[in-house]
Amino acid sequence: MAVILATDSGSLARDKAQTLRFASGARLAFRQFLRNPAATVGLVVLVLLCLAAIAAPWISPFGPIQIKLSAKLQPPSWAHLLGTDHFGRDVLSRLLYGARVSLSIGVLVVAFSMSFGVPIGMVAGFMRGHVDNVLMRLMDAFLTFPPLLLAVAIVGLLGPDLRNVMMAIGVVQIPVLARIVRASTLSAREETYVMAARALGASPLRIALRHILRNILSPIMVQVTIGFSAAIIAEASLSFLGLGTQPPNPSWGRDLAEARRYMADAPWLFLSPTATIMLAVLSINFVGDGLRDALDPRSWRTRARAATATE
Amino acid sequence: MALLTVRNLTTSFATDQGTIRAVNGVSFTLEPGEVLGLVGESGSGKSVTALSLMRLVREPPAKVEAELLDFEGTDLLRAPARTLRDIRGAGIAMIFQDPMRSLNPVLTIGRQLTEPLRRHMRMGAAAARHRAIELLEMVGIPMAETRLGSYPHQFSGGMRQRVMIAIALSCNPRLLIADEATTALDVTIQAQIVELVRRLTKNLGTAVIWISHDLGLVAGLCDRVNVMYAGRIVETGPVREVFYRPAHGYTIGLIGCTPRVDQVGTPLTPINGLPPNLMDEAPLCPFLPRCDVAIPACRQTRPALRNLPGGHAAVCLADLTSHHRGAH
Repeated sequence: MAVILATDSGSLARDKAQTLRFASGARLAFRQFLRNPAATVGLVVLVLLCLAAIAAPWISPFGPIQIKLSAKLQPPSWAHLLGTDHFGRDVLSRLLYGARVSLSIGVLVVAFSMSFGVPIGMVAGFMRGHVDNVLMRLMDAFLTFPPLLLAVAIVGLLGPDLRNVMMAIGVVQIPVLARIVRASTLSAREETYVMAARALGASPLRIALRHILRNILSPIMVQVTIGFSAAIIAEASLSFLGLGTQPPNPSWGRDLAEARRYMADAPWLFLSPTATIMLAVLSINFVGDGLRDALDPRSWRTRARAATATE
Repeated sequence: MALLTVRNLTTSFATDQGTIRAVNGVSFTLEPGEVLGLVGESGSGKSVTALSLMRLVREPPAKVEAELLDFEGTDLLRAPARTLRDIRGAGIAMIFQDPMRSLNPVLTIGRQLTEPLRRHMRMGAAAARHRAIELLEMVGIPMAETRLGSYPHQFSGGMRQRVMIAIALSCNPRLLIADEATTALDVTIQAQIVELVRRLTKNLGTAVIWISHDLGLVAGLCDRVNVMYAGRIVETGPVREVFYRPAHGYTIGLIGCTPRVDQVGTPLTPINGLPPNLMDEAPLCPFLPRCDVAIPACRQTRPALRNLPGGHAAVCLADLTSHHRGAH
């Protein structure tokens, strides 16, 4: 027992203060998250990508739409680390600027689909009955459209700017998220602790927000990370079809679309965006995986557990 | 004045096949501080009775009706949702069967203990925390202060049930309903928990409804006992009267299938058959098909509640004095 306590003793004082303030949850979750190497690496990569996107104007060696026809389709070199495209634009600079579009699409799509999907799913699962039926049939109706076709239709109608692309991709994700949230809510509301909370006089709103939402956070988080990576890919697809980011502006998908014509002559052109998309999507999925574990208090190693062992 | 008066409580569930009456005309009263046992096999309507009292059954699909459902002068049937929420936890509290599942796994014990205190007693964070520590100490949890930050999974089943008891008693309810509160625990822990609840409620003057199929437990704890069968109370009376002079075939059956340490080697007598379908309204005694002591009259009329000496009453036609323990 002494061993367990000793290994933990460095953080003991801090831990105790935390426990006493009841607020140890977020910290313990984060600590558990860091125990997952893949998730940690994913988080680091993601943070670096975000920083690179933010710092693009200062760190990119060239402008993203700076054309230099004399240097077109050059392989990677010291002057152009990732080579140049058919207009002589620097691929690295375009990737850095493209990250701004691709990552913000990811964030916005997730925020958009969550702000509709989570409430819809929770209301449906919590209220049951007619409300549930109406909401879910509506979601089913959305699901019958092929996602890409629906997105194409929306962007086609509203025009291809960032907000419309975000909405077009997000709308497709709402029903998926709503169904997952509804299913989790349905099972959570039947738990004894929900009945126990009702028996203690908790109001329906309190039960929904404090007892149910907190318990279904893991599936929501997982879906959010899947949605994030799906959004980046969907933006790439839309740009590939010419409906996303418009030339000459860069985005990972846009660049990939243009690179396909030079696949044989200039493979670096499509390898760089592909690798970046893959890296981002993989990192996000790892982060999601880590979050799922980290959000479950049963996975947390706390001082209290060491205390139990001592008893 | 009685703490709780239940008159003709009926809880029915509308299903596609028809209406199921899970509780069918239950009446009883409970005095402040009284300990009442509610026994019967699974599906006899014990838990639904308890949940109906607190108006915790989901309506719809369920429908709770009664001539009177009065708790401390409040009509629980007609009270608005807000009043009901004020009574739940502060007036009537409940402990559930499975302590492994009745605490929210993602909230700390402290959070779950202080929530009702802040809600019902209007305590501030510091006062609630202070009271929570007292409560944990009261139910015998060591290092209460550090334990506030623990999560339910860090507690054993018995400890969790202690926490549940602390939560249930936190706002000084006048009535505690223990729904099979010890069934999921092992025997030694059971005894501790039973003793804890008995001691605490006695000190606080809390009335208790023990729901259990453990007759031994009810016999040792309760002042009165209601025996339920097929949604009805078939026998009621002081514990000693009911167990020493059972006046209903079902009670005799229940006693016959309870193992006794002082009668090693005596075979147990099971009650044959299954509880009846609660959909059909039986014209005769619902226990008749399984009854060992039925008399010819049972096949003709439906029994009514018959009063016996000693505050004892049963819904049975047969004279069962020959089955009483003294008679053997």
